Amino acid sequence: MSQLPIECPVEYANSDVVLLAHGEGARATRRLIQSVILPYFANDRIAPLGDSAVLPSVDGRLAITTDGFVVTPLNFPGGDIGRLAVCGTVNDLVVAGADPLYLTLGLILEEGLPLATLHCILASVRDAAREADVLVVAGDTKVVPRGAADGAFITSAGIGRIRTDLDLSPDNVRPGDAVIVSGTLGDHGITVLAEREGFQFQGALQSDCGSIRPIVLRMIEAGVSPRWMRDPTRGGLASVLHELAETARLTLEVDESALPVSPVVRGACELLGLDPIYVANEGKLVALVPGEQADATVAAMRRDALGREARVVGRVMARGTPGVIMRTALGSRRVLDEPQGSPLPRIC
Amino acid sequence: MKFVDEYRDAEGARALAEGIRRAVTRPWTIMEVCGGQTHAIMKFGIDQMLPGEIRVIHGPGCPVCVTPQEYIDSAIDLACRRKVMLCSFGDMLRVPGSAGSLLQAPSRGADVRTVYSPLDAVEIAALNPAREVVFFAVGFETTAPVTALAVTQARARGLNNFSLLVAHVTVPGALRALLGMPGNTVQGILAAGHVCTVMGWHEYVSLADGFRVPIVVTGFEPVDLLEGILRTVRQLEAGRHVVENQYSRAVREFGNESARRLIDSVYRVADCSWRGLGIIPQGGLRLRPEWCDYDAEVRFGRCENGLEPESECRAGDVLRGLIRPDQCPAFGTRCHPENPLGAPMVSSEGACAAYWKYGRRSDLGSPAS
Repeated sequence: MSQLPIECPVEYANSDVVLLAHGEGARATRRLIQSVILPYFANDRIAPLGDSAVLPSVDGRLAITTDGFVVTPLNFPGGDIGRLAVCGTVNDLVVAGADPLYLTLGLILEEGLPLATLHCILASVRDAAREADVLVVAGDTKVVPRGAADGAFITSAGIGRIRTDLDLSPDNVRPGDAVIVSGTLGDHGITVLAEREGFQFQGALQSDCGSIRPIVLRMIEAGVSPRWMRDPTRGGLASVLHELAETARLTLEVDESALPVSPVVRGACELLGLDPIYVANEGKLVALVPGEQADATVAAMRRDALGREARVVGRVMARGTPGVIMRTALGSRRVLDEPQGSPLPRIC
Repeated sequence: MKFVDEYRDAEGARALAEGIRRAVTRPWTIMEVCGGQTHAIMKFGIDQMLPGEIRVIHGPGCPVCVTPQEYIDSAIDLACRRKVMLCSFGDMLRVPGSAGSLLQAPSRGADVRTVYSPLDAVEIAALNPAREVVFFAVGFETTAPVTALAVTQARARGLNNFSLLVAHVTVPGALRALLGMPGNTVQGILAAGHVCTVMGWHEYVSLADGFRVPIVVTGFEPVDLLEGILRTVRQLEAGRHVVENQYSRAVREFGNESARRLIDSVYRVADCSWRGLGIIPQGGLRLRPEWCDYDAEVRFGRCENGLEPESECRAGDVLRGLIRPDQCPAFGTRCHPENPLGAPMVSSEGACAAYWKYGRRSDLGSPAS
């Protein structure tokens, strides 16, 4: 395609879908960036449109993270891939103890993606970035032939400044510490699954896709000193607890009857043979705090709308054998296994 | 949640466990038939609530586990053909065939689709007239009605590009074979509530009578399972052996008659091979001759792979209830979910997977009372 004359007669400006030409670096690309993408991201860091964003110096230590976002469908109740990309990146910085400052986004668009869909995604990115108080300072757009991507993929990077009032490490976690989750489990995973497969459940499913920063700020305001934090995305709560147990060589115990799960997610999981503790979240915080701060932490989280269902769900038992134990609702104890691949629907 | 919470009630469960402790005077071996029951027993820690006299062993009621490897090889072989789209329930995807699984097959060009219902596969066939859509019809009497419905719908809609690879199995034939095997230790049976929802409990009367074993049709929640065990123990202690229906909220004597008619109209009972158990007389379902146009084995030819390969996997002994999963020398060392030697470690309903998932630590104490 690079041999095509620059003055190609095709009028890209009138197209209502993304074309391969939009990604070829010529006039169509410039038009797409200037007329479709940039209006959503007016800020003084991105404006010069150089090959790099040049940022002012920052005091203190930096956190940097990168992520890729692939979701079918692109839109789902409670969010879309744009919101997911911003919140996912921001949350990774927040659980590292950072205040998020800047994001970059790479858009990989499939030829034929409706421009209206792209506009929706970009508006979500803008709104989510505003909510989380971060600037999108650099980006890239590529277009791949139809069939080579599923509508749109987004890659991201995020930079944040490490807060000096937080000291987070798995090594800080002690026996007696409380395991606290900021709200109901499994909302995102079940919502996206139901939307993709066309399942109808009684009650409104909605992804929890959102920034967990406000919850962390509430904890800090309340004087809580979390020892370790994670956002339980793929693999759910079970996956992050296993990660902690392995890294810090600890036994954790989870109380099954304390796990917050919304009735509709619970019903859907019963029907599909899934366990919400393994299902993805996109706006939840898992915090390990000293046992004596457990009540204060839950109270602080509940002061934020996103943390209304915050609960103590478990505690750190002992050092030594890494593992996660579930105390069942019947009072018996069993292993809580690490997730093995993505959950598959059962036969009967 | 209605129909769930009342059957997971901790107090009710503890009272039933106490009832079992009071009723039992000597050792008894009870087999739960269904993999769903096995998982509930391990997931809720019910095994820990039982007195030492009660030995619970785990039966062959996991359709994924008993599907012979040659069918998985056939499915993979079909999926690799250019025109074919192979549709399957999710459970089957991770089960190893002789060369990889259905989950890995797409990396070699196979077209494998996970569906939640066989009727979705019929839709896929309608939307893709240039392709051959094959549904991998696996499962017990619980899934047979809906695969029968799928093929009935395909014929009614004139879809000539839809067929079934049938590996359906049936419970009573397998129980008869297990109870009749030399060395059988099973003294009482918890029959699978869901299978009986379709087929009814009348099929079990001759088994209970002939082998002098109590059979209690049992549900899948903790209270169901403990009540099923209690009723079995009471019969054993009293020297009785009749069929009882614990799962009466779902099961009737003759089951769901329209579902049974649907099965009968499409399938015939046949002698079938079970993984780990060999040929079981009247152990499965195959398409009736009048439906042979929709039989993938007729349409594409049978994939013959011969005998099951040699392996240290003792799945057959586990499925017979001769050993517990953790008594297999390979359990947890050479065999685990990431490297399964046999299907019971793969399937979400398999007994080995249940032991791996819920019961690996020896330091788990007894339940708080």
